[in-house]
Amino acid sequence: MSLTARDLGLFAIMGAVLAMVAMFQSPQLAITILNMSLISAIMALGVNMQWGYAGLFNVGIMGFTAVGGLAVVLIAMPPVPEAWAAGGLGILLGLMLGVATILAAVLVYKRMSPGALRGLAIFAVLVVGYFITSQVFGPAKQAVEAVNPAATGYLGGANLPVILSWPVGAVFAAGVAWLVGKVSLGLRSDYLAIATLGISEIVIAVLKHERWLARGVNNVTGIDRPVPRPVDLQPQPWVQSLADTMGWSLSQTASIVSGLGYSVLFLIVLGILIWLAERALNSPWGRMMRAIRDNEVSARAMGKDVTRRHLMIFVLGSAVCGLAGAMMVSMDGQLTPGSYEPLRFTFLIWVMVIVGGSGNNWGSVLGAFVIWFLWVQVEPAGRWVMETITSNMDVGSDLRRHLLDSAAYMRLLTMGVALLLMLRFAPRGLIPER
Amino acid sequence: MEPLNALVSVTNFMLIPALAYGSQLALGALGITLIFSILRFAHFAHGDTMALGTAAVIGGTFFFQSQGIGISPLPTALLAIPIGIVVMILYLLAADRMVYRYFRKVKAKPLTFVMASLGVMFVTNGLTRLFMGVGETRFEDGERFIFTVREFREFTGLAEGMALRSAQAITIITALVVMVILFWFLNRTRAGKSMRAYSDNEDLALLSGINPERVVVITWTITAILLVLAGTLYGLDKGFRPFNYFQLLLPMFAAAILGGLGSPLGAIVGAYVVAFAELGITFAWRRVFSYLAPEGMEPTSMMQLLPVDYKFAVTFAILVIVLLFRPTGIFRGKVI
Repeated sequence: MSLTARDLGLFAIMGAVLAMVAMFQSPQLAITILNMSLISAIMALGVNMQWGYAGLFNVGIMGFTAVGGLAVVLIAMPPVPEAWAAGGLGILLGLMLGVATILAAVLVYKRMSPGALRGLAIFAVLVVGYFITSQVFGPAKQAVEAVNPAATGYLGGANLPVILSWPVGAVFAAGVAWLVGKVSLGLRSDYLAIATLGISEIVIAVLKHERWLARGVNNVTGIDRPVPRPVDLQPQPWVQSLADTMGWSLSQTASIVSGLGYSVLFLIVLGILIWLAERALNSPWGRMMRAIRDNEVSARAMGKDVTRRHLMIFVLGSAVCGLAGAMMVSMDGQLTPGSYEPLRFTFLIWVMVIVGGSGNNWGSVLGAFVIWFLWVQVEPAGRWVMETITSNMDVGSDLRRHLLDSAAYMRLLTMGVALLLMLRFAPRGLIPER
Repeated sequence: MEPLNALVSVTNFMLIPALAYGSQLALGALGITLIFSILRFAHFAHGDTMALGTAAVIGGTFFFQSQGIGISPLPTALLAIPIGIVVMILYLLAADRMVYRYFRKVKAKPLTFVMASLGVMFVTNGLTRLFMGVGETRFEDGERFIFTVREFREFTGLAEGMALRSAQAITIITALVVMVILFWFLNRTRAGKSMRAYSDNEDLALLSGINPERVVVITWTITAILLVLAGTLYGLDKGFRPFNYFQLLLPMFAAAILGGLGSPLGAIVGAYVVAFAELGITFAWRRVFSYLAPEGMEPTSMMQLLPVDYKFAVTFAILVIVLLFRPTGIFRGKVI
């Protein structure tokens, strides 16, 4: 725990700001900001591992969080027996055939000597494999999606406790990261960025359009929550007495208690991760990572396998992002693939890491809190500014309406300016690496 | 006549759209490759800058339309392109002044530039949405078709029809003209030669008296021209939505990498390969094959390799194949 008095002061200021939100706006808002900040802090930790420790540039955070979110559906939702009966086996067989096709192509590539013949053989394997796979997979998929499409139309999950989905989400994200890293690490540093940008778009496309998997754009709602819902808390006598002592309404108290339950869970996860990350950073392994980041050539000369270490840290960091993605979906109780937007889920996290201080775990956490707070609060502030500007204008004028509508986009502008200012004047961030 | 019908069908639904799309991508990818070879970083703000440039052109178009100025049958947007170009040159040069120049001076790592371009991307995106909102804006006017399906059918007497939209024709012609001018500029003029020299060997270029700041200004200027043209042509063809422009980033990068980062010719070839692959793999071939197959053996399925929603997957697959087997790209781009 290497926090100076100054760092603690920064955290204290952030806490005071949140307390003020609770006092002057509403306690629920403060708790919503707190919970989302905690999740963002975990995402930022994951990105900090990749960028801060190893200098890897990942712009596919959205994809890894979405894969983590998928795990929640696959673990916690009850299975749909009719759908499994209709096409479950066909889908599994189809997926296996698809994997087998790719493995066969890899095998041909490895076994045959280079030349035109090998290219033809690989092409033939892929074409034949594709047609066999689609013959099996296509009908099964349609059968599954036809089962009561208004309510289910997908295979459902494993009906296991939802908390299990968090580590599973991390594993899913790690798997995707391994594939991407294997392809693009060891090349120019920008290539990883472009490859991750691509994979994140594809993950979202798959989530949106493979309805048998998680209902696509129809969303999966009503996922089991790890914390009692406010509705279930309301009849509890202790909640009622708490409401009386605090002078809040019953529904307000119930949602505050439920929200705080999440905060505690998230704090535990964040605490464990920070502890692990700090231990790792200050171990020989962490020093090796920084040595690789600062000078790859000399690290290679010392006999370190740079590409393998990069792959390792890339997988680890992405797993942390997947974990955060799973946590977020289980907090919302729904998976909505349409709501994943790169600006919000990838680039905002980057602003958090840079503003907080790359290379420093506590910095990422603080950055997440500061930036998420700004993200939430800039919109009402922007609206207020716009209303002040337009107060003299004609009520019906187009310009006034346009300006008021555009207040929502002020936050993008603010984030961009914040990032550029930090890069220029304080590139080491709020809590610099030491 | 059956093979002829198949040919017409494939031209109408795939070849013409792919040519138009490829031309738009090529103009974008050229900008990416130029910035990469001169300024040496991956310009992530490219898609959003394209959107802002198009927004400026749309603003100009609406102004001209309200004044009753037009060049019918051509779209008014063509008249407004110079406005967009001027705005974007100023915008990009201002961005360079305020953001990138400092990092050049302190000789920052390439990834710092990329990060800075993310910041510019945020700001540009915010500005675009501030002006245009997030919805779709259509600004195509003038004659919509050069010839319609009906006219084609009546003229040729074929069962299958074909149409050529004016936006598509304008796109293909403009892209060709711009590419020719660009190559002439890079190979024949003093400024173009100094750019190539600078990209080839920075130290040697400095030694022979080339002013780096001038090269940078020229690069941004050319990029701005390419950006505005690409964005406007894409918008004329498919309508303007800011998010679509962001999503163009992936195919544009894929095109530039496929061709070989830093190679202008490669960017163009890469763009057409990406466009044809994207459309060819997500195209429903049923109609075409039903003309070619013998009587009674017409295909029953859609004969579509992948749903249209996965066009990014095609781009990504191309990217992965290039990275795995030939990371320098077709035309042996630089530095790896």
